[in-house]
Amino acid sequence: MSELKVLNTYAPRLDGPAKATGKAKYADDLSMPGALHAAILQSPLAHAKILHIDTSKARKLPGVKAVITAKEAGLVRYGVSPARYDETLFAHEKVRYVGDEIAAVAAVDQATALEAIGLIKVDYEELPAVFDMFEAMKEGAPQIHDEFPGNLNAEVHQEFGDTEAALAKCDLVVDHTFLNKRQDAAFIEPHSCLAVFDLDNRLTLHTSTQVPHYVMRTVAMVLQIPVGNVRVVKPYVGGGFGPKCEATPLEMSSALLAKLTGKPVRMTYSREQVFLHSRARHQFYAEMSLGVMNDGTMVALKNKAVLDGGAYTSFGIATVYYSGSLLGGPYKLSAMKYDGHRVYTNKPTCGAQRGHGGVAHRAAFEQLLDLTAEKLGIDPVEMRLKNIMTTGDMTINELDMSSLGMKECVEAVRDGSDWKNKKGKLPKGKGIGMACGFFVSGAGYPIYRSDTYHSTVVIKISEDGGIANVLTGSAEIGQGSDTAMAMIAAETLGIPLSQVRVTSGDTDLSVDLGAYSSRQTLMTGHATKEAAEHVRDAIASYLAEEMNCDPASISFTEGIVKFDGQPGDFEQIRRLYIKEHRGWTDPPSGEYLTFKEAARIAYLKGGTLVGTGKYKPHRLGGSYKGAAVGTSPAYGCSAQVVEVSVDLETGEITVDKMTDAHDCGLAINRALVEGQMQGSLSMGLGECLFEEVKFDSRGRILNASLGEYRIPTALDMPNVNTIIVQSNEPHGPYGAKEVGEGAIMPTIPAILNAIADATGIRVNELPVSSERLYMALKNKEKA
Amino acid sequence: MKTIIQMTVNGELVESAVEPNQTLLQFLRDDLELTGTKHGCGLGDCGACTVILDGKPVNSCLVLAVQAHGREVLTIEGLAENGNLHPIQQAFVNKAAIQCGFCTPGMILSAKALLDENPKPSEREIRTAISGNLCRCTGYQKIVEAVQDAAKVIEGSEVSS
Repeated sequence: MSELKVLNTYAPRLDGPAKATGKAKYADDLSMPGALHAAILQSPLAHAKILHIDTSKARKLPGVKAVITAKEAGLVRYGVSPARYDETLFAHEKVRYVGDEIAAVAAVDQATALEAIGLIKVDYEELPAVFDMFEAMKEGAPQIHDEFPGNLNAEVHQEFGDTEAALAKCDLVVDHTFLNKRQDAAFIEPHSCLAVFDLDNRLTLHTSTQVPHYVMRTVAMVLQIPVGNVRVVKPYVGGGFGPKCEATPLEMSSALLAKLTGKPVRMTYSREQVFLHSRARHQFYAEMSLGVMNDGTMVALKNKAVLDGGAYTSFGIATVYYSGSLLGGPYKLSAMKYDGHRVYTNKPTCGAQRGHGGVAHRAAFEQLLDLTAEKLGIDPVEMRLKNIMTTGDMTINELDMSSLGMKECVEAVRDGSDWKNKKGKLPKGKGIGMACGFFVSGAGYPIYRSDTYHSTVVIKISEDGGIANVLTGSAEIGQGSDTAMAMIAAETLGIPLSQVRVTSGDTDLSVDLGAYSSRQTLMTGHATKEAAEHVRDAIASYLAEEMNCDPASISFTEGIVKFDGQPGDFEQIRRLYIKEHRGWTDPPSGEYLTFKEAARIAYLKGGTLVGTGKYKPHRLGGSYKGAAVGTSPAYGCSAQVVEVSVDLETGEITVDKMTDAHDCGLAINRALVEGQMQGSLSMGLGECLFEEVKFDSRGRILNASLGEYRIPTALDMPNVNTIIVQSNEPHGPYGAKEVGEGAIMPTIPAILNAIADATGIRVNELPVSSERLYMALKNKEKA
Repeated sequence: MKTIIQMTVNGELVESAVEPNQTLLQFLRDDLELTGTKHGCGLGDCGACTVILDGKPVNSCLVLAVQAHGREVLTIEGLAENGNLHPIQQAFVNKAAIQCGFCTPGMILSAKALLDENPKPSEREIRTAISGNLCRCTGYQKIVEAVQDAAKVIEGSEVSS
């Protein structure tokens, strides 16, 4: 790795100055002359028939330019997975949750749009509703979708090996149940967009999204516009974490209103609407049994899941598969059985959130591991190390761990936290706990069935040769993908980072599936590297022609060109360059030919220099039903140790210290990797200790604000001892793989295991509020 | 009915007519097109709209534009001088304290208000000062480090000048 010049450094992110000065434009910062403001009417009832919609008063309100309902928008069914397209842009016949969209309005200003929304009269016939996933599964429960009897949205049954037989042979079988709560992603920027049609009927949709590509496809399908006439442009995005991974009613209504009015249309969700749109973490119920031998060898795992999906599917099918497939590692198992059910309820729809489908079941499983270790009298760290997978292992469900620094991560956090001197030795009320986890480095298959490339990239060199512009449809959402791509391009081209620009997030630039499943570093990274190689090779080839030498003798490094490692005789090229650029301020100098001069010669010979790159994964996974979910070209993994203090009088928990190690392959940018690790831990801490979207008895959210839905503040998060473990991933560009989501996997169980160590109480329901822990402490005293 | 207001925004006198229910946040973003001040919740929960009003950090979504009449407002756009980043901004860039960047303007202004009052804050004081600014991306660690870094730079520049 010593020869790397740009990668593996702490380079500042490219967009830092724009963001630090307020110059960076987010969707709600965009404006256009004559733009109309839109608003959406949402159902106040959780389950009801729509008898009649009267929009006449709204239409007559001065300043209103258009009103749309299902009548105008049509009934094209859409969703995330084509296997479950169960949404229409606007509800027709019935509404299924408080917040279901019924109509939208475009008006000259926001106040008028909101007033018009209030003038739309809807007659409902209220239906019995169901809000609890277990109630929804019972016979006689209100039916939310006619096509899905029993409110069963999806079920998964997978078995690898003979689980019952394997469990029968075990020395010990330990059972555990676990229940998390519905989370909100709580990104600070609400969804926002600006939709514009041009005179040729082409739509440009500026929107706060993680997935311009999928939004383009869905908008085209729902609004029945040729997909070639839809361009989606992502400005800066204020966080996504999963829920911005699909086309929203906000985007589709704005686009349709723009089409009907011929004017630009803008809309931003209120914070309450962000909660109502949701698409965030499901509530999961997990029921597990782990069979082991007395020496700590893990043998078999039985895993059941019930997911509260809310009113529609969104990513839910993938979610319910992930809850099973992501327990295939990082420990060796001889048998594994999974039964998962995703259930419809009359609540906002859940979808993908950081650690998609894996987080709650990982939390349950890592607690179960500690319970088991305790019964066997084995140290939890030793128990994990005994069963750990290493590079080259294949999980029982055929996930290929082509690189896996799991053992190194466990050892790093064990040593980094001084585990050996703390475990079992801390005073009353103090505890230490650990856990592990892994996650995909990009989903192995696109959301829709296709042979599409997952990423393509174009690199274009400026006329003067000085700048390489990376053009990509990939989505910078704060994680730093633009900076990572610039670094990969700079390294590959052999130029300093300052000579690279990135233009991204625009479906006109290239195909990229977007920022989800921690895919861009690996996938967009590959395409970027290949594009840069093509450009570099083209320049070398033209230069060789000019210099009458072998292209293989030419190398580029840190912006200079070497011929067999020597400066070479380039005087003529330099003279030409300077002559052509007389009067410019930046003439090339120094004892070596510069990249700029070489690229200029290449331009003079071949025209504008463009290189393209592309990537799609090789065929991955087994042949069983659902084998695609969980596959990835590579897997990142994490281990964490958490130390807590518990006030035994009040149940208040303070997380004192966190030690986190993550294997991200080669760390493209160490500062960004650390940032992803620390941010993941913060989100996990919030879910573990206080986050819960609460509902009243009629399905209305009680805490749809960032004041009442509490996420961690600077006073809740401790400093994290952040340890980057590097492996060399054979399927990653320069050996790189994910860090965006894997790091959240161990957080919840590590905290829960620490609480158990501090109190002797194993909490199996989130969030672990002071109240919940206080009650558990009192119950323990009584018992 | 609109009211005429005057205030100093980033050192310049601004005069405008505003509705009585218009917030300072709306006035800054919509009327003055200073979109660096972010709208995250509109309820004073998230801190993304933080600006400095007469030296104190406030949630501009909770202040009416008319309440700022005759007063001095500093937004993120007023912090860099002659194209040079303020030391706090520079520290946020250098220390990787920025991810999505949506909380960044408010976070930087809360830090500025703190350092103006308390040039050598403890870690706890920094964390308390930014506890009204929610960040979902970073886990706050690099933000705290950036503020510590900026405090040192500012102190050093004052000693030398």
